[in-house]
Amino acid sequence: MTHDFLVGFSKSFGLFYLIALSIGVLIYTYWPSNKKRFDYAAKSVLSEDDKPWA
Amino acid sequence: MIAQLTRNERQTALLILLAVAIGGLAMAVGGRDNLLGIHGAIAMALAIVMMFVVIGGYYAPEPTEDRTASYYDDPTKVGIIIAMVWAVIGMAVGDWVAWLLVFPDMTFDAGWASFGRLRPIHTSGVIFGFGGNALIATSFYVMQRTSRARMPDQVTPWFVLLGYNLFCIIAATGYLMGVTQSREYAEPEWYADIWLVIVWVTYFVLYLRTLARRKEPHIYVANWYYLAFILVVAMLHIVNNLAVPISLTQAKSYSLFSGVQDAMTQWWYGHNAVAFFLTAGFLGMMYYYMPKRAGRPIYSYRLSIISFWGITFFYMWAGSHHLHYTALPHWVQTLGMTFSVMLLVPSWASAGNALMTLNGAWHKVRDDATLRFMMVAAVFYGLTTFEGSFMAIRPVNALSHYTDWTVGHVHAGALGWVAMITFGAIYASVPWLWKRESMWSPRLVEVHFWLALAGTIIYVFAMWNSGIIQGLMWRTYGEGGTLAYSFVDSLIAMRPYYIARAVGGLFFLLGAAIGLYNIWMTIRSAPEAAYDMTPDEPVVAGMPAMQPGE
Repeated sequence: MTHDFLVGFSKSFGLFYLIALSIGVLIYTYWPSNKKRFDYAAKSVLSEDDKPWA
Repeated sequence: MIAQLTRNERQTALLILLAVAIGGLAMAVGGRDNLLGIHGAIAMALAIVMMFVVIGGYYAPEPTEDRTASYYDDPTKVGIIIAMVWAVIGMAVGDWVAWLLVFPDMTFDAGWASFGRLRPIHTSGVIFGFGGNALIATSFYVMQRTSRARMPDQVTPWFVLLGYNLFCIIAATGYLMGVTQSREYAEPEWYADIWLVIVWVTYFVLYLRTLARRKEPHIYVANWYYLAFILVVAMLHIVNNLAVPISLTQAKSYSLFSGVQDAMTQWWYGHNAVAFFLTAGFLGMMYYYMPKRAGRPIYSYRLSIISFWGITFFYMWAGSHHLHYTALPHWVQTLGMTFSVMLLVPSWASAGNALMTLNGAWHKVRDDATLRFMMVAAVFYGLTTFEGSFMAIRPVNALSHYTDWTVGHVHAGALGWVAMITFGAIYASVPWLWKRESMWSPRLVEVHFWLALAGTIIYVFAMWNSGIIQGLMWRTYGEGGTLAYSFVDSLIAMRPYYIARAVGGLFFLLGAAIGLYNIWMTIRSAPEAAYDMTPDEPVVAGMPAMQPGE
């Protein structure tokens, strides 16, 4: 494995996997059916009920 | 506190302590001609003291309460107090070295009092002692609440908290004696590093075990940040500390890396320590305590997820901006610079999300110094990440690097963001944990807030001035193309700013000391009888409620 190969790999693969990950995250975040779960999570920490659920 | 442990847990605790004591004894005997032996003796002595504590409570009746009905908060309570004690120690040493720069002769001709030995006590004391303990303590609190589940057992959290503090003590005492591997924020030698790996992996597993018991189906975003902090710090710590000791009975070791690879490994570690220790962990804190204190859900939950992944992906690549204009290949420098600039997006998304959460609750921010601590933290987070992205740009770095501007930038983040969000989270937690209506003295919280804010502003402005003057003096050429100023000229120009910085630091230290006093008085004050908070544990008839200091 030469230095040039490593540099080439970093510059190509690195770019595409970061773009792919970003797209994946955006899809997960904006997936319509996830919205309800997120809204619930945001509100649930405010609950005053301070003991574990049975 | 021992009374809360079952008989089995008391035995496990004793066995662990015995193992630590034997390990310490082996180090003390094997390394008797070396500083490693002193550290062995310290570990052994601390383990024996803890054994007496456990034995003292060994025959106390076993707890009878239903454990599934309450969260386990004793380690959080102790962790918060330890964090505040480290804050005062770490900041006091910080201010000491600040004055040492004003009066360089203040070393009493003693090795331990030199700048090089005291400074890492300051950095490790505030980052790991104060910040780390605060993160561990609050993460125990947050992971249980957001999972709606109690921690799986009661020994592991103590092992994590106390084992971590053993590491901090070994680190700080080592610096005084001159034990260091000279890696920024990773100075402790190989044996301390191995111990921290054991503690840290236990911490990670404990977090996962608690999440696995969760009753809440969705894992709240604060946990993602805390987990990223724990996981990535483990990776960074292990890789950066790969080293070969010269002997198993000596403290000195040699790094696996050399030359520019060594530099890159160190700053990959160093900058990601900023990213995952000082940012991700404290963002986890913010995403729980700020909505809770403000009584408002986070402005955009989706934005918090996007910024989480943005911060996680981008930060990993930013470390090389510490090595502009060095032997590091140019494209790696450019990579670090580019990712640092891109980082502004998820950073400002987080800061904006925090401030938008408060939008509509500004009256609370005005009246409540605890919430104001958190608000100011978000503002400084936004300012510092902007400044950081800017300073990572190569030509800007040419002016700023190696100057006090960097020191000012770090402290804008460490005082303005990290410490402020931590004080906010601690002032919020203490009354919740000890079942008080409020802190002992809300006025003193107010005093702490203004001291902290004034101290930070004085500090940061002094260092901006000093750093830019320094940078300009170093690059001013005379007519013959020679440097116009000698290095000593630049030192003389910096002196007034050094005095200002030390005064600003003193303000900040005083605030922290007042905070510790206020917390102590809150714990000691009797709970208000009329105060009816939803109990953390159901009060069992015939059982006294938790007493202060328990």
